[in-house]
Amino acid sequence: MSVLVVAESSEGTFKKTAFELTSYGKKVAEQLNTDLVALTINVQEPEQLYNYGASKVLSLSNDGLTVFNASIYADIIQQAVSKENASVVLIDSSANGLYLAPVVAAGLNAGYASNVVALPQSVEPFTVQRKAFSNKAFNNTVINSPVKVLGLAKNSFGIVEAPVAGSTEAFSPSIAESGVRSVSVEQSSGTVTIADADIVVSGGRGLKGPENWGMIEELAGVLGAATACSKPVSDLGWRPHSEHVGQTGKPVASNLYIAVGISGAIQHLAGINSSKVKVVINTDPEAPFFKAADYGVVGDAFEVVPQLIEKLQDFKRNNA
Amino acid sequence: MKILVCISHVPDTTSKINFVDNDSRFDTNGVQFVINPYDEFVLTRAMWLKEKQGASVTVVNVGDTSSEATLRKALAIGADDAVRIDTVPTDGLAVAKELAALVKQGGYDLVLAGKESIDYNGGMVPGMLATLLGYNFVNACIGLDIEGDTATASREIDGGKEILATSLPLVVAGQKGIVEEKDLRIPNMRGIMMARKKPLNVIASVNDEQATASASFEKPAPKSACKIVDADQLDTLVDLLHQEAKVI
Ligand SMILES: Cc1cc2nc3c(=O)[nH]c(=O)nc-3n(C[C@H](O)[C@H](O)[C@H](O)COP(=O)(O)OP(=O)(O)OC[C@H]3O[C@@H](n4cnc5c(N)ncnc54)[C@H](O)[C@@H]3O)c2cc1C
Ligand SMILES: Nc1ncnc2c1ncn2[C@@H]1O[C@H](COP(=O)(O)O)[C@@H](O)[C@H]1O
Repeated sequence: MSVLVVAESSEGTFKKTAFELTSYGKKVAEQLNTDLVALTINVQEPEQLYNYGASKVLSLSNDGLTVFNASIYADIIQQAVSKENASVVLIDSSANGLYLAPVVAAGLNAGYASNVVALPQSVEPFTVQRKAFSNKAFNNTVINSPVKVLGLAKNSFGIVEAPVAGSTEAFSPSIAESGVRSVSVEQSSGTVTIADADIVVSGGRGLKGPENWGMIEELAGVLGAATACSKPVSDLGWRPHSEHVGQTGKPVASNLYIAVGISGAIQHLAGINSSKVKVVINTDPEAPFFKAADYGVVGDAFEVVPQLIEKLQDFKRNNA
Repeated sequence: MKILVCISHVPDTTSKINFVDNDSRFDTNGVQFVINPYDEFVLTRAMWLKEKQGASVTVVNVGDTSSEATLRKALAIGADDAVRIDTVPTDGLAVAKELAALVKQGGYDLVLAGKESIDYNGGMVPGMLATLLGYNFVNACIGLDIEGDTATASREIDGGKEILATSLPLVVAGQKGIVEEKDLRIPNMRGIMMARKKPLNVIASVNDEQATASASFEKPAPKSACKIVDADQLDTLVDLLHQEAKVI
């Protein structure tokens, strides 16, 4: 038996979430009294995962696999599962992970729990807690199938070092055909994406117009944050749709979410519930966002934000 | 083209989320149920395919009688007929197995579903369905064009999008972008009248295996009150974020 973690990478290096998922996998393997095996595809330093508890790494190198393909990757994972006799498969909640996990699960006739937020509560029966009702509740789910597929929610576990003596083995599964082919990828480079960001700075209709986003970008810049917005802001075309956060937009699971001029409608909050710390800046002390936030400033964004940028710059200078 | 649109029946986004029977069951009391928002986008896309390229559109739900009103709404929006597979949906894989049997039997070559249901947020039924059927699959789809048997789809990726080339038979899990919000169809009076006469067939479940089961629900611990920082004391905010919240 083993626990298999699918460690995601991009251009040869691990994503930060691969270390989190491996840390999580190590604990699950301990609960099950078994070993943690990691699967990597085209990664240059697979042995980095020993530091987080993977005692074995299956390292697959294949030039044909530089572009992600869900059905081909799923087929590879299934081969790794049978080779390592894995009973639990762990997959990231990235866009690719969410594409991959149900395909893997159905191929293995396995129960799948997505958006898992914590370690299994018990392994017999195998019970995990996951988000439900757009983060307004948790569901405790029992998985009964022999193989179990878990998708770990973003930022829900953290990175824990647990160095082990590991070994890396070249893995050469058969590569399946796929009826889906990638034609092109358009990715904004340089800026932090909402999905990967530790901090997100988000603006709402209170900012009056797209010309006022300079200070939002500057605030995000100081914090190394991604920028986001409320739905009306993207509907009005002030900001791109990719920045729209909420029930009908992107979910945010950052460590810090700063909302500027956003009222805090239930549909907006639904998308940010799983952010750890929320700060609101709003002129209206009655704005519903204050009920959801940890810290609030009642004030005009046009005065507060520039001052906050200054204070943060001071803070960075003093803590550099 | 024979299109099947998978409709999940979910509580309206503004619903109060409460649980009963020792937190084992969602409290439906006073809750308004609607077509899952993601499914509304793909249903509208199906209508366009029907009108512009010619297609039949069947809507399906795996559920008990309570979801029939939701299926009628989809018929009022313009679907030709509806199927309800009569079982309570509790496990994504089980739902996918029910749907797979219907797709095989009905010979649907394009299956449209939502990216996720907003109740359980599983994001699993479409990918599982495609895999069980051996159909091509596109997740998180934000644009879809079909010509004959070939399809071009774009999907959302972290920080951008990817264009994919594929072909029918195909399962697509869609979201906003596959049509825009302003394009969403809502039922009109004529549609509602016509929907009453359209067939809604109830068929028996074919699967009795459940890979997962819900044990109980929990609500997040109540949050402590928001700390208000004076707009002239932003140093304090920076300190709190650094020392108390430890996020900067
Ligand atoms: C089915 C459905 C789905 C939806 N999905 C989403 C979603 O995914 N995401 C989403 O965001 N919304 C969503 N909405 C819309 C949501 O209900 C709200 O309308 C929206 O979030 C409001 O955006 P806002 O806070 O930017 O604007 P407003 O509600 O107009 O709020 C602006 C806020 O700015 C404050 N303000 C004004 N001037 C200043 C100033 N100078 N400085 C500081 N503050 C100022 C005001 O006090 C106010 O609180 C959805 C609605 C529906 C019906
Ligand atoms: N009970 C169901 N009946 C019909 N379609 C469903 C059902 N559950 C999920 N789906 C479809 O699968 C999509 C994703 O749902 P889920 O995997 O539950 O998050 C939904 O948007 C629907 O299109």
